[in-house]
Amino acid sequence: MECSFAITGKGYVIVAADTTAAHSIIKVKLDEDKIKTLSPHLLMAYSGEPGDTVQFAEYIERNIRLYQIRNTYPLRPSSAASWIRRALADSLRSRKPYSVNLLLGGYDTSTYTPHLYWIDYLGTLTEVPFGAHGYGSYFALSLLDRYHDPEASLEEGLATLKRCIDEVSKRLLVAPGRYKVKVVDKDGVREVEI
Amino acid sequence: MNSLVSRFSTTGPIAELRKAKEVLGDDDEFSDAVWGSEAGFGSLANGVPKFSIPQVPDPSAFLRLHTDDHSDPSCRIKIKHGTTTLAFRFQGGVIVAVDSRASAGSYVASGTVKKVIEINPYLLGTMAGGAADCQYWETYLGIQCRLHELRNRERISVAAASKYLSNLVYSYKGMGLSMGTMICGWDKTGPAVFYVDSDGTRLKGDLFSVGSGSTFAYGVLDQGYRWDLTDEEAQELGRRSIYAAGHRDAYSGNTINLYHVKEDGWKFIGNYDVSKMHYEGPNGVGYGYDIRTEGRSSANPPATQ
Repeated sequence: MECSFAITGKGYVIVAADTTAAHSIIKVKLDEDKIKTLSPHLLMAYSGEPGDTVQFAEYIERNIRLYQIRNTYPLRPSSAASWIRRALADSLRSRKPYSVNLLLGGYDTSTYTPHLYWIDYLGTLTEVPFGAHGYGSYFALSLLDRYHDPEASLEEGLATLKRCIDEVSKRLLVAPGRYKVKVVDKDGVREVEI
Repeated sequence: MNSLVSRFSTTGPIAELRKAKEVLGDDDEFSDAVWGSEAGFGSLANGVPKFSIPQVPDPSAFLRLHTDDHSDPSCRIKIKHGTTTLAFRFQGGVIVAVDSRASAGSYVASGTVKKVIEINPYLLGTMAGGAADCQYWETYLGIQCRLHELRNRERISVAAASKYLSNLVYSYKGMGLSMGTMICGWDKTGPAVFYVDSDGTRLKGDLFSVGSGSTFAYGVLDQGYRWDLTDEEAQELGRRSIYAAGHRDAYSGNTINLYHVKEDGWKFIGNYDVSKMHYEGPNGVGYGYDIRTEGRSSANPPATQ
């Protein structure tokens, strides 16, 4: 089943999402990237209803890009989060709402602060030090309550993420096999291996 | 026709009984069966006590229809479900920790429930699932363990006690029992933990957590667990794990009960308030995330000259 995690640390946000695309009982693809780079300092992990997810993520991606083209500067993470939430909230009351859950991680270059937003398909927006979607959250949240450190170095942060992934692999019957992990910090976005 | 006649007749034993019931104002919770001997034992009006059962061909299917909130969340009768319990084996014995909340649906029925039953000085049982089922059958297990002791001049092993329970609940399979329990103790083989549930599953193992909050407890427990934990570390891990579940799971919480089983039997370590653990912890350092990370910030502004 789909799982995504994100944690903040000293000057960065790590976003991780599983890479399986499933249909019924079948894994259709094993290396699907479910984390979009919305702007030079903004990452978005998306999960939920197949079909809705990519459609919605691309719609967001294009609009964030359009903003940057029109205004030279990209939206800051908090503003982007508000705009994405509004897009989901409008969709919720439409004839056919998007069922998409998001983790939005960004680095605000003007305040030197990493931000992480947890957004669900109902349009709930909340800023969190760490977040998770899917069944993995039942194991990871209590673990992160115990081990997360807002001032952790990137190595320590990745070690904590590894704990989450290992715990979910150990206990969750329908645990995903592989994850893609991306980091956003002052230098921008990059993928890391775990 | 016969029953109709006897119902309205004014003579005969049934009519006598009916008249006596009217005089005494008895309720209908007793059958009309009359005791063989009436030599001064109890009132003649009260027959054999009996349960009221639904007047349907298959009472257990009827019960399941109205209590199974897995398949039908809007079922009429909600059996008490929410709980977190855990037990693990380590170098220094067995740690048993449980929460104390009893919930019926979304309602907190009690915050001071004892979910560890002290079967004998060397055996503990934990309770998750139906409160009544666990309480009754684990007490019953206690009786049988004592009888085993008297008959065989030897304490029952944890394996045997847990197998007695699992065979017992298995004989009631499909009739609506709901329990998830860990039988923990110390016997000739050393520390032992067995997981037994009402499906009839019985598992020997080092570490178990049962109940709606078990995933949250596992998250902390698995990551902190080692065989060579010291007694203090192990007790702290048990307490911290139940706190995690009490904090994250709406159906668990209130207080934590902690037990430690060693070679000379179990010992009750203490009762800890979850809210107090959140803000103050067992010795001044709160478990709560905001308390633990107070004053720490993720911002990394460049150093200014």
